[in-house]
Amino acid sequence: MDLLTWTRRGMLAAGTALALSFGLPAAARTPPGVLIVGQIAEPKALDPAAVTAVNDFRILMNVYDGLVRYKSGTLEVEPALATEWEISEDGTEYTFTLREGVSFHDGTPFDAEAVVFNFERMLNEDHPYHDTGPFPLAFFFSSVSSVEAIDPMTVKFTLSEPYAPFLSNLAYPTGLIVSPAAVEQHGADFGRNPSGTGPFTFAEWRSNEAVAVEANPDYWGGAPELQAVVFRPITDANTRTAEMLAGGIDMMVEVPPVALSQFQGDAFQVFEQAGPHVWFLILNAKEGPFADKRVRQAANYAINKEALVNDVLEGTAEVAAGPTPPAFAWAYNEALEPYPYDPEKAKELIAEAGAEGAELTFYVTEGGSGMLDPVAMGTAIQADLNAVGLTTRIETYEWNTFLGQVNPGLEGKADMAEMAWMTNDPDTLPFLALRSEAWPDKGGFNSGYYSNPEVDDLLEKARVATDQNERAALYKEMQEIVQEDAPWVFVANWKQNAVTNERVEGFELQPSFFLLLDGVSKD
Amino acid sequence: MGRYILKRLVSAVPVLLGITVIVFAIMAMIPGDPATAILGSYATPENVEKLNRDLGLDKPAVQRYFIWLWNMAQGDFGRSFSLNRPVLDEVLDRFGATLVLAGTAFVLCSVLGVAAGVVSAARQYGLADKAITFAVLLGISIPSFFLGMMMILIFAVELRWFPASGMWPIYGDRTVLVLMKHLAMPALALAVVATGVVARLSRSAMLEVLRQDYIRTARAKGVPERGVIWRHALRAAMVSILPVLGIQAGFVLSGAVYIEMVFQWPGVGRMLVDAILKRDILLVQGGVVLVAACYVMFNIVVDVAQSLLDPRIKT
Repeated sequence: MDLLTWTRRGMLAAGTALALSFGLPAAARTPPGVLIVGQIAEPKALDPAAVTAVNDFRILMNVYDGLVRYKSGTLEVEPALATEWEISEDGTEYTFTLREGVSFHDGTPFDAEAVVFNFERMLNEDHPYHDTGPFPLAFFFSSVSSVEAIDPMTVKFTLSEPYAPFLSNLAYPTGLIVSPAAVEQHGADFGRNPSGTGPFTFAEWRSNEAVAVEANPDYWGGAPELQAVVFRPITDANTRTAEMLAGGIDMMVEVPPVALSQFQGDAFQVFEQAGPHVWFLILNAKEGPFADKRVRQAANYAINKEALVNDVLEGTAEVAAGPTPPAFAWAYNEALEPYPYDPEKAKELIAEAGAEGAELTFYVTEGGSGMLDPVAMGTAIQADLNAVGLTTRIETYEWNTFLGQVNPGLEGKADMAEMAWMTNDPDTLPFLALRSEAWPDKGGFNSGYYSNPEVDDLLEKARVATDQNERAALYKEMQEIVQEDAPWVFVANWKQNAVTNERVEGFELQPSFFLLLDGVSKD
Repeated sequence: MGRYILKRLVSAVPVLLGITVIVFAIMAMIPGDPATAILGSYATPENVEKLNRDLGLDKPAVQRYFIWLWNMAQGDFGRSFSLNRPVLDEVLDRFGATLVLAGTAFVLCSVLGVAAGVVSAARQYGLADKAITFAVLLGISIPSFFLGMMMILIFAVELRWFPASGMWPIYGDRTVLVLMKHLAMPALALAVVATGVVARLSRSAMLEVLRQDYIRTARAKGVPERGVIWRHALRAAMVSILPVLGIQAGFVLSGAVYIEMVFQWPGVGRMLVDAILKRDILLVQGGVVLVAACYVMFNIVVDVAQSLLDPRIKT
């Protein structure tokens, strides 16, 4: 027998055997009633007090409840585990009436003592289970001086000073209520053995493969329609897209802008929802050309935000008008119009300020949470600024290094830097990044050294006012002044997206960017 | 012999200590700390300081190094910040997955590469040789991550023959067959370049041997061609093919990083990339030390094996 015929036959036989053993094409159809979600990363833990990433929150919000939650489609709070609450006149005492007859997944009852346990664990360094942390976002509740159980179904929080964002912080995942008995049983491993009161109970966590949760038939809000949800971490966005197209997952979050066109047609549904996110450029108002308000305004006119949003981000964001994202509907100033793209006006302002031909150093990051497509955006911005005669030089850093450069302040280093924030209350970002008291040397994030006593005053007042309408009026005034002062270039508000296949029904994206699945069904 | 092995083992200790110093120093010197990575937007100096204290990172670097070393000597590699899980458990899980992937790719590239090289050499300048040479050139020239993405598009998205990613299915039994289905594409994508290299070198090694007098003698005395090629020539050629296979073993192990990213394979390479981005110091350090220890052990085994086979190497 000839060598080659022999080899050929051998190959053929081996190939056939291989094909037979693999069987026919893999039935890439997920079972009915089980929703497979493509997540962006492996979660850190399923302990709401211990985690900080939206990726983890997406699972947690389905396993736990907080005392309050965001009303569907808004960022306003409504009752959850607390049925009602009272706020004292001076805004320092919050008394919650708890929901009767709720049990944790481990069977223990939910009551005032459980609430006290949760906040003591996070805030009190002497609490026996404080060592199950660390709790990086515990400072959300740093104004809480005591939590008391008045009776089994009433709990009172006393704050050291009035703090209006308290309620929306309770609706944030850091405020979700865990089962004290489960923490006592599992200690530091509670994050892998979670127990809450939510619509789904924890079933299984296979490291680097999946987290599975099952329907809680006794859920106080009614049992969910799905039997189970499986969260799969698929870090690479292209692989996540391929897995969605191949039918291996039913839902994916954070679809890359360029991949959205793949999901047109009847087989998929695309969801979009603007969130409490703002992408901006910090301008160094302390020194250099941006110390002059006219040059800061010129930068706002010079940059073509429409082009950034539509061309670079492929329509996955909207142009931002001011420092507060429109997702905070109640606090957003509808009267604000974004700075229009007007290079001529920009040149005039630059000439007036005598800053023609100024040279700028621009910090750009390579990635980072909420930063969208920072390098491409930075390059487009550089081109726009060059076009109006501001010679811009980019310096690019990896995200953690970038934060290490920007957070201590831009003085002596740069004229502008990219930044993005996602928050849960209109107070957070301006309070931490626009007040004079928030300059980096005072422990804040005002890395561009903006300072306006009027803005400081409005923000201080809004923080202690407990009436929402009063707060709204203060925030709206603040937005007008800040837009005029232009401490930042206001660029974009990100729209979160998700894709499901046609078998999924009843899904809605929330402005909070959390993933709520108790109303979802799948055939 | 026993003394030789002992000597090699003792000499591995300073190597490993050196590795701990280097990896610790790198993680200590790169900008950005885990607290900043965890807190992200909320990384105020105050919050960072408190979290660093909670994570035990507020002590001087030298002190932290010795604490880490002492704990490791007792088998405690610490807990990962970003995964809230013992470093050792995570690394061992991940290393297993990488070995399955790289091991399969290594077997594939050895068998296919040597076979292709032998056939090519046996039919020098024939149709088969030209076809194989072309295929090999193509294989060497395609970056493995690109090939992997193309394979996903064709065989997972369009044809749906294979799952697009992962090592195990989300539901259903974990059988060897199911594993093979998940393994097929990543292992092949990883093996292609190495196969090309092995094939080219096998071809020239075979051609070299086929020119020798004893091959002519074998043919002259009537040994069938198949026997000449596979028994006489290949055996002699293996002497120069084997070291190439050794190099390719290292190549598939390090090349697995890209493939693990593309196919979402839960291996140690992807783990290290994620850990570095999250500044998960203990996971990076522990992972590097364990992987390095494996390499060192592998080298010792190879050296010992060689000294057993080749008496010229002094024991």
